[in-house]
Amino acid sequence: MTGRRRGGAARERQDVVPHMAIDLRQESSTGFQVRLQQFEGPLDLLLHLIREQELDIYDIPIARVTDQYLLYLQRMEQLDLDVAGEFLVMAATLIELKSRLLLPRPPAPAVEEGPDPRAELVQRLLEYEKYREVASLLRDQEETCRLLYSRTVEVDPEELPPVPSAAVTTADLLAALKRVLERASAEKAPAAVIPRRRITLRLKMGEILRRLRESGGRLLFHDLFSPERTRTEVVMAFLALLELLRQRRVDAAQERCLGEIVIFQTAGEAAEVAAL
Amino acid sequence: MTAPEAAALLDEIRRGVECLLFVSPSPLSVREMALALEAEETLVERAVRELVARDPALSGLMVREVAGGFQMSTRPEYAAAVARFVGKRAQKLSRAALECLAIIAYNQPCTLPEVDAIRGVDSSGVAKSLLEKGLIRELGRKDAPGRPVLYGTTEEFLVYFGLRSLDDLPDQAALERLVSERAESLMEGAGEVSVEEARRMVEEVFPPDAPQPGGPARTDSGEPLQPC
Repeated sequence: MTGRRRGGAARERQDVVPHMAIDLRQESSTGFQVRLQQFEGPLDLLLHLIREQELDIYDIPIARVTDQYLLYLQRMEQLDLDVAGEFLVMAATLIELKSRLLLPRPPAPAVEEGPDPRAELVQRLLEYEKYREVASLLRDQEETCRLLYSRTVEVDPEELPPVPSAAVTTADLLAALKRVLERASAEKAPAAVIPRRRITLRLKMGEILRRLRESGGRLLFHDLFSPERTRTEVVMAFLALLELLRQRRVDAAQERCLGEIVIFQTAGEAAEVAAL
Repeated sequence: MTAPEAAALLDEIRRGVECLLFVSPSPLSVREMALALEAEETLVERAVRELVARDPALSGLMVREVAGGFQMSTRPEYAAAVARFVGKRAQKLSRAALECLAIIAYNQPCTLPEVDAIRGVDSSGVAKSLLEKGLIRELGRKDAPGRPVLYGTTEEFLVYFGLRSLDDLPDQAALERLVSERAESLMEGAGEVSVEEARRMVEEVFPPDAPQPGGPARTDSGEPLQPC
């Protein structure tokens, strides 16, 4: 932001809010500058105002900081930047603090004054600043590591050692679904027009259980979808599988990293089938 | 085993370690290497540490201790050349992403509302991209209203920032010292709000040269208003 632009802003403001113009005069005398950089949030902006002017964080001149803070928000609006709700909440907090501090104190100072109304804000600022320090530390580490290149090999899944635990996570299932969907979209749809079939979760669940029975209680995840053509069918089959897993009627296991996921009947389900 | 024999064995293991580190796409632990080399872990550890400490003049590659294991990488001096060859790297992380990671790293397992409370802004978008990059992961759900998801950092997080473990980050006490030292250096001579300071605060809101509508401010009892 150039000095000329700031001057322009000052003139504009003078017509609207007189005391804002005064802040801008002070701005030039104290060397305070509002740079319209992007702040990560209200705390970031406040810390910036406090640290840049070397104010004491334990004794923040609330009136001054509040005005500067509001000034910044107004500039954001002038530039048609969206002022996020969080910034406005902080503005309200600051104005409230400012008004509380400006109220005359009780005549007898011996009376318990209670905690400084600014204490909570200071605590939040200090807590946030701690993590801002860590963030800048991480930034340094990132810069260092970006200069180092390590091998990124395309690994043959067949060569990978067995998965330490055969448990399949939701993420694995989703990744597998993605592969099936990719395959489904890669296969050309037939040229003929097929009437839309009604697919329900219940139907799909039944179908999966039937196919499991037919194949001796074990099915590859991949094969579960082999006859599917449309995305809807694939998605419904996947939802059906999730539902069956939830009901513990089937189980899933993966024998190696990136390997095929195997779906099998749970003991309970097998017993139920046998009973029928 | 005689001394020269032992030295020869260590050399042998060190060359093997080099091979494993060369082919591995992720950091390797001493145990993993020992299994592959069918060698004793203590010897593998010694061998890999020799590689870490190796004279930089000997190779364009180096071995670093990272994420509880060891990884081979190019030396930083050759970054420009490698970059010209392999092209641009992925974008650097945003400041919001770094802040979010910092908070999660120190408070894990922690929920997004907890992160938001510290940052003072919504972090859900940032968290989503960190999840996609594999720098954080879900650790379960917190037993609290809404059952919010708990997040923690991943091994990829350590690799990305070249950290051996989370202990490489300054501990809470060190952090607090860092921040309070910074605050104290600015605090010289500060204490109660001085009368002058208070007057200035008031004047900022009611500039002295501006006409004061009701004359000097007074309290209800008619006493002049004490600046606070």
